[in-house]
Amino acid sequence: MTRFAIPVVVFALLVGLFWLGLGKDPTLVPSPLIGKPMPAFSMPRLNDPSRALTDADLRGQVSLLNVWATWCVGCRQEHATLLAISKTGEVPIYGLNWKDDSLQARAWLQRLGNPYAAIGVDADGRVAIDWGVYGAPETFLMAPDGTVLYKHIAPLTMEVWEREFLPRIRAARGGQG
Amino acid sequence: MTRRRLALLLLAWAVGCATPALAIDADEPLPDPDRQALYKRLTHEVRCLVCQNQTLADSTAPLAADLRRELRELVADGRSEDEIKRFLTERYGDFVLYRPRFSARNALLWLAPALLLAGGLVWLYRIVRRRAALPLDDDEEAGGTT
Repeated sequence: MTRFAIPVVVFALLVGLFWLGLGKDPTLVPSPLIGKPMPAFSMPRLNDPSRALTDADLRGQVSLLNVWATWCVGCRQEHATLLAISKTGEVPIYGLNWKDDSLQARAWLQRLGNPYAAIGVDADGRVAIDWGVYGAPETFLMAPDGTVLYKHIAPLTMEVWEREFLPRIRAARGGQG
Repeated sequence: MTRRRLALLLLAWAVGCATPALAIDADEPLPDPDRQALYKRLTHEVRCLVCQNQTLADSTAPLAADLRRELRELVADGRSEDEIKRFLTERYGDFVLYRPRFSARNALLWLAPALLLAGGLVWLYRIVRRRAALPLDDDEEAGGTT
């Protein structure tokens, strides 16, 4: 009896493994930054290029860094969600304006509203490479000490915000006392 | 359609098909041929994450161009191949390398062929031993096969 059971069990295990594999999205590449300190950066601010936005500005609080650009369709999709999140005042959202035209970026914010506490301009994409960005929109969540807690790839939705971000934000605050 | 026209049309089609052969990376080669060779090897081994089945050398995506620029600078700076691969995997993970490195996480994958072969040999050995211990059956005795 076991003679026949072994191949059947092996087959069933393989089917199970492949079934699980099929459900995964190969375009979502897990970030090696999670659990590590955020990369240092210094970018001119979109609304005041004489001042820099640096990683020090994000420290000391739970913060979000949202990678966006006016050429990015997904960023347009998630814009209303970002506005809604910024209205809750839960965490400040910092923007990384990725390989964009600053004039267009400012016009976009004027037209659609500005959810960002501050925005850094990454015109040549170097900061984005340090963060392992490969497609906008991407959103990073950082603890007050600058540790990267979570990365979301694809447009943010309220559902993702409530399911993935809020529990982590509260845990990060709880950890800080 | 005349023969000549058809020939011209075929020629145009062939030229159209050949456009991917045009260089994507049109930058000047690095002055040092060894460094240029390293740069070339790396761009052929690093995955473009935007279009995942292309290498940096194959891809026209803007991110691939940025990463080529970054690689070119690291190579020109005199960094070693290991240092550059670390630079990439620290940011993008092991997936960025087309030839993944051996690590605790993928050890099973690397060792699976050897383990399966060893397991198969053990299995085969046991079957052969068991069969050898069986008495010969009638056919074999009568036939007198080797």
